Amino acid sequence: MTEKIPTKDVTPVDAGQHRKSPTTGGPQGELYAKRRHIYVKRVQGLFQKLRTGSNWVLMLAFFFGSFIPWGGRQAIFFDLPNRQFHIFSVTFFPHDFMLLAWLLIILAFVLFFVTNFAGRVWCGYTCPQFVWTWLYIWVEDKTEGSPNQRKKLDKQPLNTEKALRKGAKHFIWVLIALATAIAFLGYFSPILDLIPRILSFDLGPWELFWLGFFTFFTYLFAGWMREQVCIYMCPYARFQAVMFDKDTLIVSYDTARGEPRGARKKSDDPAAKGLGSCIDCDLCVQVCPVGIDIRNGLQYECVTCAACIDACDQVMDKMGYPRGLIRYTTEEELAGRTTKILRPRLIGYFIVLLAMLVAFSVALSNRIPVELEVLRDRNQLLRMTSDGMVENSYLIRIANMDQREHSYTLTLHGVDGVELQGAAVYTLAGGEVRQFPIQVIGNPAQLPGSPAVNIEIRLQSQQDPRIAASRESRFFIRSAR
Amino acid sequence: MTSQAMSGFWSLWISVITLGVIAFCWWLLYANRKTDKVPAANGEVETTGHAADGIEEYDNPLPRWWFIMFVITIVFGLVYLALYPGLGNYKGLLGWTSTGQWQDEMARAEERYAPIFQQYAQIDIRTLASDPAAMQVADRLYQNNCAVCHGSSARGAYGFPNLTDGNWLYGGDPEVIRDSIIFGRNGLMPAWVDMLGERGVDTMTHYVLGLSGLEHDAAKAEEAAPMYQAICSACHGVDGQGSAAMGLDSIGAPNLTANSWMYVQPGQSVYDSVAFTLRHGRNGLMPAQARYLDYGVELPNNLRSLSAQEKAELLPKVHLVTAYIYSLNQGK
Ligand code: SF4
Ligand code: SF4
Repeated sequence: MTEKIPTKDVTPVDAGQHRKSPTTGGPQGELYAKRRHIYVKRVQGLFQKLRTGSNWVLMLAFFFGSFIPWGGRQAIFFDLPNRQFHIFSVTFFPHDFMLLAWLLIILAFVLFFVTNFAGRVWCGYTCPQFVWTWLYIWVEDKTEGSPNQRKKLDKQPLNTEKALRKGAKHFIWVLIALATAIAFLGYFSPILDLIPRILSFDLGPWELFWLGFFTFFTYLFAGWMREQVCIYMCPYARFQAVMFDKDTLIVSYDTARGEPRGARKKSDDPAAKGLGSCIDCDLCVQVCPVGIDIRNGLQYECVTCAACIDACDQVMDKMGYPRGLIRYTTEEELAGRTTKILRPRLIGYFIVLLAMLVAFSVALSNRIPVELEVLRDRNQLLRMTSDGMVENSYLIRIANMDQREHSYTLTLHGVDGVELQGAAVYTLAGGEVRQFPIQVIGNPAQLPGSPAVNIEIRLQSQQDPRIAASRESRFFIRSAR
Repeated sequence: MTSQAMSGFWSLWISVITLGVIAFCWWLLYANRKTDKVPAANGEVETTGHAADGIEEYDNPLPRWWFIMFVITIVFGLVYLALYPGLGNYKGLLGWTSTGQWQDEMARAEERYAPIFQQYAQIDIRTLASDPAAMQVADRLYQNNCAVCHGSSARGAYGFPNLTDGNWLYGGDPEVIRDSIIFGRNGLMPAWVDMLGERGVDTMTHYVLGLSGLEHDAAKAEEAAPMYQAICSACHGVDGQGSAAMGLDSIGAPNLTANSWMYVQPGQSVYDSVAFTLRHGRNGLMPAQARYLDYGVELPNNLRSLSAQEKAELLPKVHLVTAYIYSLNQGK
């Protein structure tokens, strides 16, 4: 096993204007810790571009995914009232929840694998919490200006300009939140029908509730809570540390190269002044969306968004120093050793992941879109007919989980001398679930002497013989007195 | 419906514990407010003393939004307890009951489905019986209400008649079936052993078997024939064709010529069953179903004298089930 990363002293080197440790900062006897508002500065750079790219892709997929048509309905449609979940050509039913459970487990392993390899890239580039937060910060920047202008604006007494700027910001925030909620709802209520109904205020009580719910929480989480969600609410943020090892990619400040930090002119020779590469411009702190100083070392708040890398690289370029004072690196590399990419833990995660992916694909491709249930009548085991035959009643329930109509042939197997009575062919429309009573009948004189025998009821589609199901049940011949 | 009230002691017990726990939560929140430890000169901050794997726990305050959430839950709890029954016997300001909620839901379902049922009520039973969509709805009603006795395939069971063989105790006319469902039936066969004597039971059984064309002792049957005409024919008819065939709707004496026996247990011979019936009699009861099928409908006193159409509109679910039972016997 790899060693644990030793804990670090994260007490700020300089407790200046940023991040006061709550343990040293606050006055006594308070009921709660006040949250310090973070004025995030927007930054340009390679990683910001990467993120903008991934954000666009993800948002487009989310906002327009529900519009994709598929054979007369939308391709992705979760029909809760009918408990049918359409994803392109497949329709899932509640009995398929096993598949969902496996899918979630697989996703968890993807997360383990990626986290072990590359740290919190999920947080930095794809998590909806931050995708929306970045979008909201962008709006903030456009309406209220740069962080300094925003700070000034917040300190100002209310005037027309402040009201206008703030009003515009919140208005756009709410609009985005509303669009998010509508897009989300569109996966549960056909979107092409939903939008006109929203415009004409013709929504059901639950649609209205969820619309309000998602609007409110999008606005709250991306506008107001931001990093608080990551720090206090997100489970992944809490347990990601256990997947880290010394070879995991992290965003880190190269202390050896940077310290001692200090201001200087571009023309100065740092070596002569006894300084490291860090010019203590504080830019990495100003751009950090979670409000930490990466120079204090690896911290659990860090979402590895790499904004500080972009910021620092700009500064290094300007100063004519090599880039990478803050960079993607590993603990091993920082300690002057080489990073082992292929390590047992990562390979382990990968093998498990691969095995599960294979198993899942097999399960998915072998999924039989029909369900048969056989329920014995409960009030009586058997019935004698007037001509001395013995008869058992069953209720069969057929669920056609395919998207098209099927005619199923029902057959009986297991014992000679018993036969099925009632219709032999059942036709169900796509997605239909119905139940039918059937009888099984036999001559007790020609059947085994035991009180009951096992029978098997089989169902097979006439359109596609691979679609078949079978159930065992009991046939009672005589009461065992 | 009455709800079982708690005794004063338990009511108080629950109220005190519930409110006490809420008060405790509030105290806990307040007692844990930040007493921010001032760092010592060397920058050391006192920890809680808890350590795991060398990581020590600081005593940091809760974030504000978290604190507010706690306050909200406490307020929510108190408001909830004021509005809903939660404190012992206290009924809550909203007067909510689970019975009331159920009734509301029933009323809402009624409002939603009543038009569909009323539409079916306008259709004559014979026509309705051949409407597959209506019969699907009716099948669900049947499975929920009737299948427990008559079986999911309606083919009956020991003591419960087969509803699919076209052989009726009370008649298979749609209106008669409807009345059987609405009012129920009570078929009584008296015990005849005192009148017939032991030998009489034996010979009469042979006579009855003979009526259905089953194997029997012809001499014994002949011996019982006069007795049959004297006693049994009053209900079962001179030819054993049963009361329904004679137009007597309410007696329910079965047709003895149909070889259809409701009381033959598995493994029992028809002889034993008939002899038992003659000796001890039978008492078959079908409960009135109107109140269950059409739950909540006020039944008028003159229900019996209403016209078919009026009955259908008053009891639309009975109407559907009637059509269902009728449909099972088509072509029989
Ligand atoms: S910490 Fe959680 S909520 Fe925050 S970015 Fe990462 S996964 Fe998303
Ligand atoms: S420290 Fe850097 S990488 Fe981490 S959250 Fe802040 S800006 Fe992003």
